[in-house]
Amino acid sequence: MNRIHTAFETGKAFIGFVTGGDPSIEKSEEFILKMVEAGADLIEIGIPFSDPIAEGPVIQEANLRALAAGTTTDRLFELVSSLRQKTQVPIVFLTYLNPVFKYGYERFFGRCRDCGVDGIIIPDLPYEEKSDVAEHAGACGVDIISLIAPTSEERIRRIAENATGFLYVVSSLGVTGIRSEIKTDLDSIMKTVRQYSQVPAAVGFGINTPKQAKTISRIADGVIVGSAIVKLCQQYGDDAGGPIYDYVKSMKEAILEK
Amino acid sequence: MNKGRYGVHGGQYIPETLMNEIINLEKSYEFYKNDPQFNRELEDLLNNYAGRPSLLYYAEKMTKDLGGAKIYLKREDLNHTGSHKINNVLGQALLAKKMGKTRVIAETGAGQHGVATATAAALLDLECEIFMGKEDTDRQALNVYRMELLGAKVHPVTSGTQTLKDAVNETMREWTSRVHDTLYVLGSVMGPHPFPMIVRDFQSVISREAREQILEAEGKLPAAVVACVGGGSNAMGMFYNFIEDEDVRLIGCEAAGHGVNTDMNAATIANGAPGIFHGMKSYFCQDEYGQIAPVYSISAGLDYPGIGPEHAHLHDIGRAQYVPVTDEEAVDAFEYLARTEGIICAVESAHAVAHVRKLAPEMNPDESIIICLSGRGDKDVAAIARYRGVDIHE
Repeated sequence: MNRIHTAFETGKAFIGFVTGGDPSIEKSEEFILKMVEAGADLIEIGIPFSDPIAEGPVIQEANLRALAAGTTTDRLFELVSSLRQKTQVPIVFLTYLNPVFKYGYERFFGRCRDCGVDGIIIPDLPYEEKSDVAEHAGACGVDIISLIAPTSEERIRRIAENATGFLYVVSSLGVTGIRSEIKTDLDSIMKTVRQYSQVPAAVGFGINTPKQAKTISRIADGVIVGSAIVKLCQQYGDDAGGPIYDYVKSMKEAILEK
Repeated sequence: MNKGRYGVHGGQYIPETLMNEIINLEKSYEFYKNDPQFNRELEDLLNNYAGRPSLLYYAEKMTKDLGGAKIYLKREDLNHTGSHKINNVLGQALLAKKMGKTRVIAETGAGQHGVATATAAALLDLECEIFMGKEDTDRQALNVYRMELLGAKVHPVTSGTQTLKDAVNETMREWTSRVHDTLYVLGSVMGPHPFPMIVRDFQSVISREAREQILEAEGKLPAAVVACVGGGSNAMGMFYNFIEDEDVRLIGCEAAGHGVNTDMNAATIANGAPGIFHGMKSYFCQDEYGQIAPVYSISAGLDYPGIGPEHAHLHDIGRAQYVPVTDEEAVDAFEYLARTEGIICAVESAHAVAHVRKLAPEMNPDESIIICLSGRGDKDVAAIARYRGVDIHE
């Protein structure tokens, strides 16, 4: 068993995302360790892709910055190896299928196992297409994290029953990015998820403020925040470590409030 | 994993948010394609609005000049809106209406598909938004204005390389944010299943007509059919009803830009590798880490880093052949056809004409070739002038 379950053992989890290599591999390592220090329970590292179709402008731009800085899949494996000297926080990759396919499924997941990557989120890999990838990932102890969308309806059952690691419940239609309001009926989606799965379920897409995080944490096992953190990387560049620490701390505290 | 496969290619690699909508589209299409009422309405639109059937024109002067096989042009450039794109768009827009959608969205490269979609939306009372790379809105400013005249909203896409692939990205993103009342009218035989099948079926009218027309004119099948390939919709339409005719060579012409050995081309079969992108497994121009490569062609409509999955399969099994054609060869052919036959074709279609200039002289006069002349060239006149260093003030 990999490390993912440990994120949910001590209460509601805060899951933080950075695009790997934005602004540099060294800084990504620093930002990730800051998030862990501030209380993040699980880390998502985005492997940048030229055409991230599920991302809004903030993470799209981070992808391009990271690629322009020379980030490659191999360098991100090295980043995780280096992080593993310092932390046992669960780490999952988020990327699109082509970089994984091109690397070769067997080789990619073998390196995940060797470097200490616990899971992977692939937004353009729906349930119907997952078996081939899941077989290779499973053989290496890497969980495929499945997504459930506001439009999933009767598909929730099949996805939830076959879930591994944790479930990523998408809060809203559209792409990633900060939203002032989340209108989806998450309560009823979460109820359906619980009915069919024991796997922890975390909610992401659009979550930005401690207040939103607190509300979501009442109904979910974890809160996923991406664009708000990436925006700090964009705003502060090399100096984003401090602001990221403060932000993650405030979010984690909001989640833990009774 | 087995839906919409062409050999190993195809599939449905899209975000979960779109899955139910894609399944709904497939079910609706499977129903309406066999619905007599739907087919009557579509045929009426194709014949009485788009101007089908299109001519199969015997290019006698070109034939004599090249001194080999007889050359026929399938005149999709004469369709309403000036290209083959209208065939697919009328089908999909009618399908959208039947599905109860009130809004259509589409990507466009050269603007042909955007104009066709805006046209169908105007006719069928659908709201319409078009996504077009910023670079292409500059290259094809007239088409942008044309779409606006037709009542569509045009969004210049400033992400990535600001061309066709980015327009597709942005249309997909828009679709995930508003699925219930909106159909993505995809313009080529690409994307997730069922799009490659739907677009092929609606475009196959090209080869259905051409096959009858050539049998009428020549009493036998052509030795070869030739079409340009970006995503590959006119080529798929031109090939489809000849696939079973094993003696008919199927030839697709890819955009080689400055040359297949330069980094300025869009020749996917020549330079691409297997990949999974834009909802499908196929061949894509990409780097060793699977990052999609920036591609280039003088033709905005062929400036795409992938190819439809059915073409990828036809290539794999050796049924179709894909050849690279450079900017220079395409521009020469554009001018050649204008002078020889008095036809200004799209620079996309000129890629097919260019290959036939090499192919026809090697063949016998009792053989024939059909070129799919996929579009007319008014939109390209300014770009060709620029290419030749001629300054024209519009």
